Order: sequence, then C-alpha cells, then structure tokens
Amino acid sequence: MNIALVRLVAIRIALALLTLGFVSVAVFVGTEILPGDVAEALLGQNATPEAVAGLRTVLHLDQPAYVRYFLWLGGLVIGDPGRSLVNGVRVAELISSRLPNSLMLASVTAVVCVPIALVLGITSAIWRGSVYDRVASFLTMLVVAVPEFFIATLCVIIFAVRLRWFPALSYATGIVSLDQFFRMFALPVFTLCCVMTAQMMRMTRAAVIDTLRSSYVEMAVLKGARPIRVVLTHALPNAIGPIANAVALSLSFLLGGAIVVEIIFNYPGLARLLIDAVSTRDMPLVQACAMIYCAAYLFMMMLADIAGILSNPRLRYR
Amino acid sequence: MSAQDSISAVEASALPRRRSQLPLAGMIGAVIIAFWVLMALIGPYVAPHQVGALVDNDGFGRMQWALPLGSDYLGRDVLSRILIGARYSIGVAAAATFLAIFMGGTLGMLAAVSRGLIDMALSRFFDALISIPSKMSALVVIAALGSSISVLIGTIAVILTPGAFRTWRALAVNVNALDFVEVARARGEGAGYLIREEVLPNIAGPVLTDFGLRFVFAVLLLSSLSFLGLGVQPPNADWGSLVRENIDGLADGALAVVMPAVAIATLTIGVNLLIDNLPGRWSSSREH
Repeated sequence: MNIALVRLVAIRIALALLTLGFVSVAVFVGTEILPGDVAEALLGQNATPEAVAGLRTVLHLDQPAYVRYFLWLGGLVIGDPGRSLVNGVRVAELISSRLPNSLMLASVTAVVCVPIALVLGITSAIWRGSVYDRVASFLTMLVVAVPEFFIATLCVIIFAVRLRWFPALSYATGIVSLDQFFRMFALPVFTLCCVMTAQMMRMTRAAVIDTLRSSYVEMAVLKGARPIRVVLTHALPNAIGPIANAVALSLSFLLGGAIVVEIIFNYPGLARLLIDAVSTRDMPLVQACAMIYCAAYLFMMMLADIAGILSNPRLRYR
Repeated sequence: MSAQDSISAVEASALPRRRSQLPLAGMIGAVIIAFWVLMALIGPYVAPHQVGALVDNDGFGRMQWALPLGSDYLGRDVLSRILIGARYSIGVAAAATFLAIFMGGTLGMLAAVSRGLIDMALSRFFDALISIPSKMSALVVIAALGSSISVLIGTIAVILTPGAFRTWRALAVNVNALDFVEVARARGEGAGYLIREEVLPNIAGPVLTDFGLRFVFAVLLLSSLSFLGLGVQPPNADWGSLVRENIDGLADGALAVVMPAVAIATLTIGVNLLIDNLPGRWSSSREH
C-alpha cells in the first residue's frame, strides 16, 4: 500500500458517499412530490381542521421541503426513519424484523454461485469456441434474457410439482431444524443462483478472454508453455482485477433479482415489506427500504471499483 | 481465414441481397419478433374468445380443443388473454423505448457535438442517475404517482434514458472526431445540422441494435412490475399481470402460470437471437 493507492481508494469512497447523497435527494423528491396532504389523507374526511393542523406539526409538514429533507436524513442516519403511516409501527422495527432474512438469502446465494460462476466462466474462456463454450454461452443467454419469475416458475414446476423434493413456498417462522432450513431455502436460492451464475459467468468469461488476447499471453504460447500453465501463471493473475470487478457488479444485481424471487416464494424478507409499502403508499417505509437497497447497490459498485484499483499492480507500485 | 473472408466479402458485395447472410438463429429471432408484433396489432381480432368471457366451469382447466392453453383461475381462455395481453407488454415497452432513445439519443449526440461544458454537465447528470437501481426508481415513482399506462411508459423511459445517452454519446464521439465533421464545423454549421446530417447517418446501424437491447430491458422491467402487482392494472393485463393473477395455480403446475411467462421468454430470446446474429456493422458494445 502506498499513498497514491490510499488516495485513489479514498476518492472512490468519497464519490460513493456523494452519490448516496444524490440518491437520497432523488428518493426524497420522488416520494414527496405527489400532490395532496398526507395529514388529510391519514385522518380522513371527517377530521377537524385543528386535528389536521396538529398532525401536520407532528409530521413537520408545515415546514419547507429542505428542512423536512434534513430532518428525514438525520433520522435515517441515526437509525430512526419515522413511523409507518399505515399502522404506526416504527419503521426501524419493521425493517429489523425482515432485513436479516433478506441478507441471509443474498449471502447464501453469493456463497453458492460465486465459485460455480468462476469455474464456468474461466473454463469456457479457456476453451472458447468449443462446443462446451457455445452450449454454456447459449444457456446463459437464455437465462439472462428471460424474466426472473419465469426461472422461478420452472424451478417450482420441476422440483416441487413433478419431483416433490421441496415445498413450493417458504415460510421462516421461529426456530427450524437444519433439514427444514435447507428445504425452505433450496428453491429461492436455486432460482437466484441460476440468474446470478449466468450473469457472473458471462462477465467473467469476457474478462478472461480479454486477458487471453493480450500479447504476453501469445508470447507465453509461442515460447511453448503448456495451456494450463499459460492460463494459471500468465493470464489469471492479471485477470483477477476484472474478474473481481465482474463478481461485484453481478452481486449488485442480486438485490433487484431477489425482489421478484422473495415475492414468488412468499419469503418474509425486505422485498415483501417494500412492495406492500408501495401498494399502500406508506411513504416512510418506501423511503427507508429504497435507501437500504440503493445503499447496498452503491456499496457493491464501490467494491467492484476498489477491487479493480487494488488488483492493478501499475497503481500499487507507482 | 482472411483470404476466405475477403472472397466472401467480394461475393457479398456482388450479390444484391445481403439479407440472406443472416444466420438461421437470427432468422428464427426475426420470425418470433414479427409474430408477436403482428399479434400486438391484430390480437383481439384473432383471439378465439372474448378477453373476459368465462368459458370453462373450473379454474385452471387442462388443455382441450376449445381451450388450446387451458383456462385461468376464473375459467377464462389463456390463449385469448395472452394474445390480447401482447399489445400491453409490447406496446408499453416499445413506447417507453422510443421515448428513451429519443431523449437519451438526442442529448447524447448533442453532448458529443457540442463538447466542453454541455458534454460534462450532461454526462455527470446521467452518471448520477444510473447509480439508482432501475427497479428502485420504478417502485419509488409508482409509490408516489400510482400506476397507469402513461406513468409506466414515462417511468420506464426515464429509467432507460441514461443508458441510451451513454451508448449514443460514445458512438457519436467516435464519428465526431472524424475529418468530415470537422470540415462541416469549420463551414460554420450548427449543432442541429451536425447531428442530423453528419453524425446520425453514420451511427444508424449500432443504435438500432441498442434499441433492441433497451426494448428487451423494458419488456423485462414492465413484466416484473406487473408481476409485483404494480404494473398494468386490471381489468387490462399484460403478460406479467397474467402470471401474477394465476400464481395460485403454481403449486399445481397450471398452464395459466407458465404460458404467459413463456410468451415473455420467447419475445426476449427472439430479440436477443436477432441482435446477436446481425452482421458486424450493426453491432454496438453491449452494456446497460
């Protein structure tokens, strides 16, 4: 590590925080721009003007938009994004009951699909143009091109309806045995893995092929190194940066894909909370959930860039 | 290899019909797209049953002669509903893509030919927009404005615009660096003329490919939103809504759940097949 490298990484982190600030403004403006008064909507038509005025004061609706933005942002930072408009429960409480489930789903998926995608991507890059590579490329194109719920539907029909290996729906309630735990997670994880592996494999393959095209790899081939040696000692060390970048980028799609998968399998994660909040227009909950998803997405993008910076020896030894 | 290439290139230029070079997979893609576009136009006239007609006594009926794809949860004909849903899935996605390409493409070419401050400001702005995950922006806007066809078209168009801007700007910057554009600029031509007469004709191929990719993205985003119950609202139904309303039949493996999803899959795979097999001069870098 040297000063230049630390500076590059610090700039990247600062940029991510700046972008997060922009996103928070966008989310706030997007949800507050609607016409109509939340206080009147909450209290109904029979509300007295005094009650509406009182609620407006409590919700800070009588203050200008920028004051409300900073109040909201401050609450978000200290972990108190307000109360749900629908049932009055604290948003932090609602989220903390669901967030661990979503994180669990995402991390199990990541642990399963990263090694598979890396092996598939690297091998198909080495044997590019072969039957294996063409079949793999065609299959991943199919998976990437269809909606997530199509894959989920297929998985349910094959594994739950025809083979009866797993239940079609997953319910996480209380303490469960390891066996139940596995059955509950199997289909959502499998579905997500299909989607993630396909994307990650395509990007890994592209990254490795890019490296294999370089002239020092051609040199290694020409001097008579065996193919396995060319790939392992010459090409891969230089491809680690692009590969890490590809993995982090694909993982940033994990959250968006997980929304549909959580809904279709009735998984009690953050996504169901968010979708319900959107349909009932429960703005504090929508804002908080959207910020969590956006922050996680930006974090993965930042990791992708930092992986690229750290693995570039030209930047490390400058 | 290169000798063969040059021979086939000579032959190709001698032949008047270059279309015959499209490989089989590309032809299949083109046929699938043509079929669905035709259905989007004439769907209601060729559908065997009325869209809301209850034609089966039981829900989730099996295949039979009168109901080629079975019946849905209320006993309506699945085939008719898919054929009529085509105009929502394809229409909304196509309208949104056109709008996005129009906005993003115009601004992208403007940024490329005007360079300097305008270019920097537009690029920074769209870079910031692209940092919001697409499903999140859609959910936030729909939470605020509710869901209607026009809100859906507008939202998806805005989500697609930054990506279209990037592609068009990158393509236009390359053309903009060429001498004939410099000559036109030295002649004193304005930005409008440069975009219309010099840049646009030279990037027409790749941007059509870009249109196809964004259209697939729009179809997938719209069907995901409809599947979540936040897209096309009843009584109208696109393919995503059809999957959603029949989701109870999933545990029985009902055709009413599978077939609308298959319809989406054939359309998006068809576009991908066509794009992947277009001749080289049409290709553009694949990125979102």
